[in-house]
Amino acid sequence: MREDALLHRRVATVVGWSALVSLAVLAVLGLWVAPPDAVQRDAQRLMYLHVPAAWLAYLAFGVTALGSALYLWRRTRSPVWDRIAGASAEIGVVFTALTLVLGSLWGRPVWGIWWAWDARLVTTAVLFFLYVGYLALRRIPGPGRATRCAIAALIAFVDVPIVHFSVDWWRTLHQEGTVFNDELKAQIHGTMAFTLFWGVLAFTLVFVYLLDKRYRLEALEEGRDERELEQAIAERVASGETGPGGAADLVDSGAPR
Amino acid sequence: MNLWREVMLVAGKDLRIEARSRVTLYQVLPFGLIVVLLFAFALDPSRGVLARVAPGLFWVAVLLAALLAVSRSFQVETENAARDGLRLSGLDPAAVFLGKAGAIAVQLAVLEVALGAGVAFLYDVELRSVGLLVAAAVAATAGVAATGTLYGVLAAGLRVRETLVPLLLLPVVAPVMLGATRAWEAGLGRAASDGWPWVALLALFATLYTSIGMLAFGSLLEEA
Repeated sequence: MREDALLHRRVATVVGWSALVSLAVLAVLGLWVAPPDAVQRDAQRLMYLHVPAAWLAYLAFGVTALGSALYLWRRTRSPVWDRIAGASAEIGVVFTALTLVLGSLWGRPVWGIWWAWDARLVTTAVLFFLYVGYLALRRIPGPGRATRCAIAALIAFVDVPIVHFSVDWWRTLHQEGTVFNDELKAQIHGTMAFTLFWGVLAFTLVFVYLLDKRYRLEALEEGRDERELEQAIAERVASGETGPGGAADLVDSGAPR
Repeated sequence: MNLWREVMLVAGKDLRIEARSRVTLYQVLPFGLIVVLLFAFALDPSRGVLARVAPGLFWVAVLLAALLAVSRSFQVETENAARDGLRLSGLDPAAVFLGKAGAIAVQLAVLEVALGAGVAFLYDVELRSVGLLVAAAVAATAGVAATGTLYGVLAAGLRVRETLVPLLLLPVVAPVMLGATRAWEAGLGRAASDGWPWVALLALFATLYTSIGMLAFGSLLEEA
């Protein structure tokens, strides 16, 4: 695997264009080809973005966890995994936010409210904050950053099923039958199912493209930090060679003799 | 030296520092009590509301106080290069983790007793099944102490740790907040449901994060 990019530049371009084209196809499928829902009418079309966005968020956090675990395992330890974990988490947070916003926009016409204390909504909100914290931790430089971040990512990842289970349990204690009904999901029109499948495919392409982009940026940033450090050291060494005392000269110059 | 003795050494050190500095007793505890008092200002102090939401308010107050206790526990390690001393002491990292988490748990337990008394007194609630309340509190405290110690050492060497630890810790302990509140609702006779499954969830959480902490603490202490 090359160090500075995940995909060959030409492959990345192809993935980028296919992502764009498949999103355009998704728009046509979702807005015109797929029939309106019998009950929710056109509002249901938000599903073709909402569900793929949620899928992408879970995929991204899964990749973050995998990258972190592979970084921590000594035999596969490499900055490549750390960069993949970080890049993927950023995409995941953006798409978790998108999932929440789209869900809220969908909930307003269908349920009549922007937010409900439904198990999935609460879990997604907690998920969002878990990884916002992880990204905040990633922004802090210093030795051991990659190890620190990898362990934090795994702590967060382990928490997700516990949060989901506890919230699910909490809400089902109080209300019977949530809005998300498994039987309704099963009875889905063929064209609708295809559109949804297409959406998941398109968003996966978007994920691959963005992951590669973010990975390149991280590699460039790390390269810049290293160059700056080397330059600072070089300047320090050079200034030390000009006078006999180096830094001591600067201190003495102001003092009366 | 066996593990248990090392745990007691580290916990003893932290508790001795606390006994001499009294930061938890004179600063964190009054903070928790004022939070309990402020809830009464924010909500309708007519007794019905406060008594109904008392379990949730109690645990929010405990979590906020726990943030301060965690922050304090790792602040003492940053002074006088104490963390280097801890690293060079040759103690098992798992023992250091358990010791620091244990010391935080003991301080939280004292806080909970005081805050619980405050809540019972100010919000007019009666303690129905004490066994359930204590079991839930013990399991929840262990979980908060374990996760708090993990994030505490994770952020220990960072300049922004005071703002970072709450952001990292609060989402992770969301299930503890939920479980402890439900168990206490049952224990205070506020909900008809059974509280013990929640205690089991809290115990699972505590066990899981204590295990992760014992495994991960070595590399975190080394690199932080």
